[in-house]
Amino acid sequence: MRPSRFDLRPLAAIYVGGVIGALARVGLAEAGAHGPGEWPWATFAVNMAGALALGYFFARLRDHPEDSLAHPFLATGVCGTLTTFSALQLELFQMIDAGRLALAAAYVGATLAAGYAFVRAGISLERRPRPEAAR
Amino acid sequence: MSAPGWVAVGLLGGAAAAARFFVDAAFAARSDHPFPLGILAVNLAGTLALGLVAGAALSGEALVIVAGGVIGSFTTFSTWMLDSHRLADTGHAHLVWLNIGLSLIAGFAAVALGHWAGSAL
Repeated sequence: MRPSRFDLRPLAAIYVGGVIGALARVGLAEAGAHGPGEWPWATFAVNMAGALALGYFFARLRDHPEDSLAHPFLATGVCGTLTTFSALQLELFQMIDAGRLALAAAYVGATLAAGYAFVRAGISLERRPRPEAAR
Repeated sequence: MSAPGWVAVGLLGGAAAAARFFVDAAFAARSDHPFPLGILAVNLAGTLALGLVAGAALSGEALVIVAGGVIGSFTTFSTWMLDSHRLADTGHAHLVWLNIGLSLIAGFAAVALGHWAGSAL
């Protein structure tokens, strides 16, 4: 039997997921650079896609064994890293700094309302009855 | 961006994800309260750092690597939303508003403070 020591496999799974999430987010941001007067589509898109995917994986992996690598890889690694909180806050700060108050209010409102709705949609997506599960 | 720049974004992004996991686990080990304090700490620390970097007028590839690769990967939106949903789902509706309101308001203060400090450098 192996002596009890720190298991590096979940950490490696988080790392690999993080590499994928970071490249996807930065790649999209580089493709769609924007000014403080415009809607930050790149950040908005990754945050919504990551919220939907995390809701789905959370529901899908709920009954997985504790040592499964799927959760660290997909949830903490890919979804956690694909989405970002700091860019959202900097974009809000820059909008307010530029006097674009209505844009800032719309952006924060839409991000929160849709982000929360996407997490819930991801969970319900997983819970809908599947043909192969019908007995 | 150059090929080494993309490699740096990927490698540092993975490390930032692992750092987020460690901070969150350290908070979770010290308390069994349902409030997601670890993710709040991660998000506020990252937002302060991003304000600093933006205020210090870092630019070009260095900015993309530090702001997008490191700080953007460290902080998370999806976990913040899922944690909020889970608080609501487990009967802690008042903590949902605290988690969302505190993150937003303290996050704004953090980015403003970081920006001010970065501009003064």
